[in-house]
Amino acid sequence: MTLGLLAQAGDGVAPIDTPGVAWSALSPILVLIGGAIVLLVVGALAPRRSRIGWHAMLTVAVAGGTIAAVVPLWDRVHDDGPYSAVASAVGVDGFSLFVTVVIAVAVAIAALLTDGYLRREGLEGPEPYVLMLLSAAGAVMMASANDLIVMFLGLEIMSIAVYVLAGLHLRRRRSGEAAVKYFVLGSFSSAFFLYGVALVYGATGSTNLVRIARFLAANTLADQGLLIAGFALLLVGFGFKVAAVPFHSWTPDVYQGSPSPIVAFMASGVKAGGFAGLLRVFVATFGTYRLDWQPVVYGIAVLSLVVGAVLAVVQTDVKRMLAYSSINHAGFILIGVQAATDEGVTAALFYLAAYTFMVAGAFGVVTVVGRRGDGHHHLDDYQGLARRQPLLALVFAIFLLAQAGVPLTSGFLAKFYVVEAAIEARSFWLALVAMVSAVVSAFLYLRIVLVMYAGAGDGADTDPAAGRPRLAVPAAAAIALVVAVAATIGIGLVPDPLTRTARDATPELVAASD
Amino acid sequence: MVELTWVIPALPLLGFLLLLAFGRRLGDPLAGWLATATVGGSFAATVVVFLGLRGADGGDAHRYTQTLFTWLPAGGFSVDVGFLVDPLSITMCLFVTGTAALIHLYSIGYMHGDEGFSRFFVYMNLFVFSMLVLVLGDNLLLTFLGWEGVGACSYFLIAFWHTKEANASAGKKAFVTNRIGDWGYLVAILLTFFALGSITYTDIFAGAGGLATTTATAIAVLLVIGAIGKSAQLPLYVWLPDAMAGPTPVSALIHAATMVTAGVYLLTRMNPVIAQASPWVSTTIAVVGAATALFAATVAVAQHDIKRVLAYSTVSQLGYMFLAVGSGAYVAAIFHMVTHAFFKALLFLGSGSVIHGMGGEQDMRRMGGLRALMPVTAATFIVGWLAIAGVPPFSGFWSKDEVLLFAWEKHPLLWAVGLVTALLTAFYMGRLVFLTFFGEPRWRRAGTHPGGEAEQSAAEVADDGGGATSTATAVTAVAAEQEVHPHESPWTMTVPLVVLAGLSLLGGVINLSFLSRLQVLEHWLEPVVEAGEHHLDSSSGVKLGLAVVATVASLVGIGLASVLYLRRSAADRPAEPDILLEGWHYDQAVSAFAGGPGRRFFDATTWFDRHIVDGAVNGVAALIRGLGGVARGLQSGYVRSYALGVAAGAVVLVAVFVLRGVAL
Amino acid sequence: MSELLRSYLTVAIFGAVAILLVSSLLGLGSVLRPQRAQGGKYLSYESGVDAVGTGWAQAEIRYYIFALLFVLFDVEAVFIFPWATRLEAYGAFGAIEMGIFIVILALGLLYAWRKGVLRWI
Repeated sequence: MTLGLLAQAGDGVAPIDTPGVAWSALSPILVLIGGAIVLLVVGALAPRRSRIGWHAMLTVAVAGGTIAAVVPLWDRVHDDGPYSAVASAVGVDGFSLFVTVVIAVAVAIAALLTDGYLRREGLEGPEPYVLMLLSAAGAVMMASANDLIVMFLGLEIMSIAVYVLAGLHLRRRRSGEAAVKYFVLGSFSSAFFLYGVALVYGATGSTNLVRIARFLAANTLADQGLLIAGFALLLVGFGFKVAAVPFHSWTPDVYQGSPSPIVAFMASGVKAGGFAGLLRVFVATFGTYRLDWQPVVYGIAVLSLVVGAVLAVVQTDVKRMLAYSSINHAGFILIGVQAATDEGVTAALFYLAAYTFMVAGAFGVVTVVGRRGDGHHHLDDYQGLARRQPLLALVFAIFLLAQAGVPLTSGFLAKFYVVEAAIEARSFWLALVAMVSAVVSAFLYLRIVLVMYAGAGDGADTDPAAGRPRLAVPAAAAIALVVAVAATIGIGLVPDPLTRTARDATPELVAASD
Repeated sequence: MVELTWVIPALPLLGFLLLLAFGRRLGDPLAGWLATATVGGSFAATVVVFLGLRGADGGDAHRYTQTLFTWLPAGGFSVDVGFLVDPLSITMCLFVTGTAALIHLYSIGYMHGDEGFSRFFVYMNLFVFSMLVLVLGDNLLLTFLGWEGVGACSYFLIAFWHTKEANASAGKKAFVTNRIGDWGYLVAILLTFFALGSITYTDIFAGAGGLATTTATAIAVLLVIGAIGKSAQLPLYVWLPDAMAGPTPVSALIHAATMVTAGVYLLTRMNPVIAQASPWVSTTIAVVGAATALFAATVAVAQHDIKRVLAYSTVSQLGYMFLAVGSGAYVAAIFHMVTHAFFKALLFLGSGSVIHGMGGEQDMRRMGGLRALMPVTAATFIVGWLAIAGVPPFSGFWSKDEVLLFAWEKHPLLWAVGLVTALLTAFYMGRLVFLTFFGEPRWRRAGTHPGGEAEQSAAEVADDGGGATSTATAVTAVAAEQEVHPHESPWTMTVPLVVLAGLSLLGGVINLSFLSRLQVLEHWLEPVVEAGEHHLDSSSGVKLGLAVVATVASLVGIGLASVLYLRRSAADRPAEPDILLEGWHYDQAVSAFAGGPGRRFFDATTWFDRHIVDGAVNGVAALIRGLGGVARGLQSGYVRSYALGVAAGAVVLVAVFVLRGVAL
Repeated sequence: MSELLRSYLTVAIFGAVAILLVSSLLGLGSVLRPQRAQGGKYLSYESGVDAVGTGWAQAEIRYYIFALLFVLFDVEAVFIFPWATRLEAYGAFGAIEMGIFIVILALGLLYAWRKGVLRWI
């Protein structure tokens, strides 16, 4: 009846033409957001504590649903080519779908890890899962954005949820410190990002990535200053998100302070979203201007590689070590970005996918070793782990060696492809620096492995394992670790399926029919 | 049916994995049965594939490639994991899996009671898997993977009873000596890739004709170096006699039937390249083979340890195969490889049966008269002896005759060396049989036996770690006072002996040389070796004459042996010459060199490594540490500093961008 | 130099002059004045009265939470107002869209209610 009234009253007013919304294109995002809302409501109405971790189960189900929603889209993209929806604001192509799956996997693993963690710390509730799903939705939005404003929207949704997640552990001072630092610096760099968007709009007349690309391809700007300054500021914004030097200073403190399973999500899902945005904007949209931004990305990549590796070497806290190592990994992926070729994008995507499993698994082990209070992350806490809990130590060793790039693990192939892309793009010095930094960072991974396996010597009297309690590995965390290890070694042995999928996922910008 | 190729190596691999996980739990004898079942299944699969390959029609039909997946997609150089099934590889697979299955069965009885029972079968299955990968691989790199795999398994199995230092040293010696040869193989792979752009066999066959002579020569020489190491030719044979430290089934499988033949297989596989190389390469191969055959035969004459005789005999027979390859007789080489697998495995298993029955005794001077107590072993052993001696109609006669024929065509001198070796072979094998199975039992005698003191001192020398080829090195010698009760072995050990004896007797039928229609093996292998196979042009009269001369030589050798060892009692026999016993002091010469001038060189390189190379590495590490220590000060912990960093970075970035991109 | 940058030249010069002026004045002061450190000089100024207690005081968290909720729903209202003025133009599509928006925020309110945030004590 209300609609009837509306229809009557609206006789004199011309209705606005609303854009056709291809709901199928938004299905991954809708699944994530819908899942988050359902989880929030049900979590509000149901008791907070329960023996079965159904919050985590629901989150994993939602992540699985996202991947299920991607499958028909992927087929459609394969058959008919990429397309865009919502008035060319959201793009569905192989690239966005690939990154969506990566993010969904990151959410699933992080959710499984969070379950045991929350129980252990006495922080049960649906909030972490809801926030994780929302953050993932934002990251997916960043990956599928066809418009700079939508990109910013995705960036903010992803980031704000993660800021709250960082401060999740109410009783730890460090957690709150991490949240505040992340929030302040994050907002700061988002401001730079927005300014960059404004400058680019000023230079090209549109915020739509497709139109920008067409404009830049068709015209030469008389005065490039505006556009180039826009590049710089956009790079600042993205650089912060992916922890590239010199915008990396938040990473060690935030990774160290945040709850460990949340860091697993941050290091994998958030980075994936950030890099997806970076690739979409710079490689796909500003491809014609690559000679302008490539050298700067080159410089940032070199700095990230070197700083990440060198500073990691002198750390004694494992979480900080892994934080610096993630800066180093960001440097590697930036090499793929710098190449600005299809091989570079493929390599970067492969690296992101392989890296998700490695780092989420690594932080999973860190979660278990942290014990109640999430405070035991010093190198000494890992001493002799191999004797106390050989399986856990073995799993951690596999993740660390994969991050070092040992053959037979996915890490080796990831690094190989990235360096191969750099060499094909003739950035030889970059490849050289990358390999040297890989050697340096191998030290820090091997040191942890050695501490786990060698312990404090041989004698039973000085056995460090004697006084330590046995670490409890919750069932959900065990599942997550097993999946991550299987993926790491599986991709290392049979990389072909992932390589082919990544190759199919080169970003294309397609406008809606207008 | 040919699509089942992947099953052939998959079954032993499965066996390896299952035994690795559950072997200890399965224990004695289930683990052994599981291992035998997998290898037996592999043999069955081989037969199926073989029938499928035989049944295929058409020109290129007798060649089937099955690619499993891409292993190394490295840009222009892409290596797949794939299997090439052609007459050569399927023939190799047949006898490899067949003899391996029989030896696995045998091992169930032989290794019974050993505490490493399941571990043994883990290594054995892994070995069979590696060997099959070596043979079935469709490119040089995959063959190399199998090559290294068999080398590693050989190390594990030789040093199986590794708590004894001598056994561990023998394993290391085998591995290190093989390594020298492996270097040659690796460089050959690189050269092949550079010359032909590919390392798959099909591409090599197609492109070999277009190789420059120098390139082909280089590749061939490097491959020969690899083969010399693996197939224990002069000068890299020294590991094989010491490898007898391992359990006897290991000697039978690895050092008689399969691993040592890998070198010959490689050369046969690459025959188009060798055909394209300078003629002196083939001549060198033939000369090395002939020299090795003669050298090893002379040493075998004087050995006391039953297994050492067989070891040197293996080296000698491998020399024959190399002689065949060098004379362009690839078919003959493969033929001899097959028959040698049968009778040598038989001989080793038989000796293992003797050792098992004698409670661990390996010195022939303490055996004798075992024929009545171990009838099956003795009978089968004699069959093997007649086969290796080259007495018609046993299989050894046909294959050795082929080799000698081609040697005659290559050069009469080579033929002469081969003939003398044949005579010596018959002689020393006869000596072995007579000393072991005939005559008076010497094993109830306590205390006094010839060479007792020499044995003691030799044992001390061996304990010092010098690589002397004395007989007492790795022998678990029975104390003179201990009573032995020789008995026949259980059915798990005798059945394989009987089967192998049958094959040694009848194996010759696959390539009877007097009628072209009956030369089954030659026709079967023709498409693989046609590039390198030398074509005979002797008349049938010459062939018959050579065959007769060879038979006469064998009978003369047997006669000599019977005169010296059957008729005379122990006291009347001539003592074995010391120089032959010590293997012409070759091994000691190598050790002396390594210990003397070699050691000083090694010490110098160690100093260089420790101070300069390590110093540089440690210096770099210290530098990085220092840098890190300085740089960490930037991470102050204050948000304001971080924000300042971000802002400063942004300013620098904008400045760089603008200054670079905009014309000032 | 390009047009764009030339227009910013003025800003840059202005900024530089400002920084120069301030820093020179402060610097001049620190150079000219005597350096005599005394404890009393570093106390915080509280209009001449002696400072009592610490500088930190605990704020009531309830005010913050209610303010937060207020801001949330106020912004919601801000979104609803313009929509309401052009209701007819948006038609059924717009009505459903706004309905979903309100429902999501209502669910959020439900969550907040169940967490006991709406209680003053």
